[in-house]
Amino acid sequence: MRPLLVTIGLLVALFVALLFVRPRQAAARHGDGPRVGIVFDVGGRGDKSFNDGAWRGAERAARKLGANVRFIEPGDGSDRAAGLRIFASEGMQLVVGVGFIFTDDLIDVAREYPKVDFAGIDFAPKVDKSGHPLPPPPNLVALKFREQEGSFLVGAIAALVGGSKKLGFVGGMDVPLIHKFEAGYRAGVRAVCPDCTVLAQYAGVTPEAFRNPERGKELALSQYQSGVNVIFHASGSTGLGVFEAARAMDKLAIGVDADQYGEAPGHVLTSMVKRVDVAVFDVIREVKEGKFHGGIESLGLKEGGVDYVYDRENARLIPPAVRARVEALRQGIIAGRIQVPDQ
Amino acid sequence: MSVVDLVAQVVRIATPYLLAAAGGVIAERSGVISLTLEGFMLGGAFTAALGTYFFHSLALGVLCGIAGGLLLAGIHAGASIRLRADQVVNGIAINLLAVGATRYFLRIAFDSASNSPRIAGFNESPGLVGLVENPLVWAGLLALPVAWLMLNRTAFGLRVRASGEHPEAARSVGVPVGRVQLWAVLWSGALAGLAGVYLALDQHQFSDQMTASRGYIALAAIIFGAWEPLRAGLACLLFAAAETLEIHLQGTSLVPPQVVEMIPYALTIIALAGVVRRVAPPAALGRAQE
Repeated sequence: MRPLLVTIGLLVALFVALLFVRPRQAAARHGDGPRVGIVFDVGGRGDKSFNDGAWRGAERAARKLGANVRFIEPGDGSDRAAGLRIFASEGMQLVVGVGFIFTDDLIDVAREYPKVDFAGIDFAPKVDKSGHPLPPPPNLVALKFREQEGSFLVGAIAALVGGSKKLGFVGGMDVPLIHKFEAGYRAGVRAVCPDCTVLAQYAGVTPEAFRNPERGKELALSQYQSGVNVIFHASGSTGLGVFEAARAMDKLAIGVDADQYGEAPGHVLTSMVKRVDVAVFDVIREVKEGKFHGGIESLGLKEGGVDYVYDRENARLIPPAVRARVEALRQGIIAGRIQVPDQ
Repeated sequence: MSVVDLVAQVVRIATPYLLAAAGGVIAERSGVISLTLEGFMLGGAFTAALGTYFFHSLALGVLCGIAGGLLLAGIHAGASIRLRADQVVNGIAINLLAVGATRYFLRIAFDSASNSPRIAGFNESPGLVGLVENPLVWAGLLALPVAWLMLNRTAFGLRVRASGEHPEAARSVGVPVGRVQLWAVLWSGALAGLAGVYLALDQHQFSDQMTASRGYIALAAIIFGAWEPLRAGLACLLFAAAETLEIHLQGTSLVPPQVVEMIPYALTIIALAGVVRRVAPPAALGRAQE
């Protein structure tokens, strides 16, 4: 019995140590601006996506607004509410939870600390029985992105550049959040090519579907082999496999959340980016200027919350005529002439 | 999309299952539960990416991957054989350790929480050529026949089976049960590590938790194959074929993807419940030895 206890004790201690010891602490900033605490989603800094976006926004706020920002990276499965509570009780003016996973915790902690402002990135508001979203507590702002609008534009680019009547989509977990990407993408394809079809596939039905690159690669290979030339992925690190398939077949893929050009240079047509950095920076600025107000805030093309990447690296993949047409679609969406479905 | 492409896809999906199952079946037959294949595989994938990146050599990367699997297997063997820790509890701890440790060292080595930089790999053409030129695919196809030979045609195999079925009797005729189990677990670590190498080289990088339960599917194949290497191999191919089918049926909404994801586990339960034919695990599986 004793050796067993010793072994388990050692393993648990090692595991806990690995969770808590971090090679580099995200630097605390000291300025005279608002005190801000940010609790990251699983993965933490260096995820090349969401958390890094939040971090960039906070860094900019520290530089430009003198914000005093601190970060917590909860380990896998550890208590997220605790991270929020630590910051709230330490007298932060604004506490940000990054990722839809914080939704319930944010509502609870925001009620407990009515004097602190809270923001939830990708917050998923609760809905009542008839489907209307319930308003969050008054000191909590729910920052949601209209991913379907950005997806619409990359769908149009894919159809205009692809040179095939078949377009591909690879989703991560088969859930409504990802269906928004698919719906927008489909609508974008249809807007510029009414007789094109979209082959949409999902990597699975569990959260594991967001980190299964081998599966993403096989899905993408079979799509490319069936005549698809461009695939848009919304599947976390499963999408890394989609880029591998694009390289192997010399085809094109479209990234998501952040600019993913670097994952497969020359094979990434563009990326549908969610400007988490803009959202974080803006909410910090509102706190500094005393203009913070709770509620649900939806960020789309109009607010600069979503966009597609068009820069020096991928400009040669997108001809000027395509660029012009897509920009016209953007104006149509911003002006409300084009309605983008979200499912 | 031709038949050749389909077969190639089945083999690609099956390769990590085959490699891990070939190691796991030996460990299980020696009496040690192979819940740890998942962790060994993840460790192997990470050290393979690390080795390939820093040594600029595929061969060294493959060796590093095997070493990564061996390292975790050594910890597992030390705890569950030498110290007689509960194999299931210890197995879960090893798998959690693999997730935490790879993430931790990923951060140290590459300052990323999600993936390593790009590394070299084998020929990645998605057709037959890519398969034929990938030595790990060959290793996967040969692994279970080799495991069968090892179990049934060698003295070591006889000792493995004796240790798993009746360790007291084995010991009474001078079989060093603990040492036999140690070698069996190390062997499973090396092969599961190799399965991880395959994943990392095929993706040209390591990404956080990239094994995505493939180790558990390999274990399911071992059980569904009634702890017989060749049958376990067929089970691996069956599970891979089901996945391939699901990929091609998706969108036609003939089969809900949930059902296909259930297949390996559902079949395992059916096999264990003895619906078709009673399958019996090695008699001393999971029992701590004196």
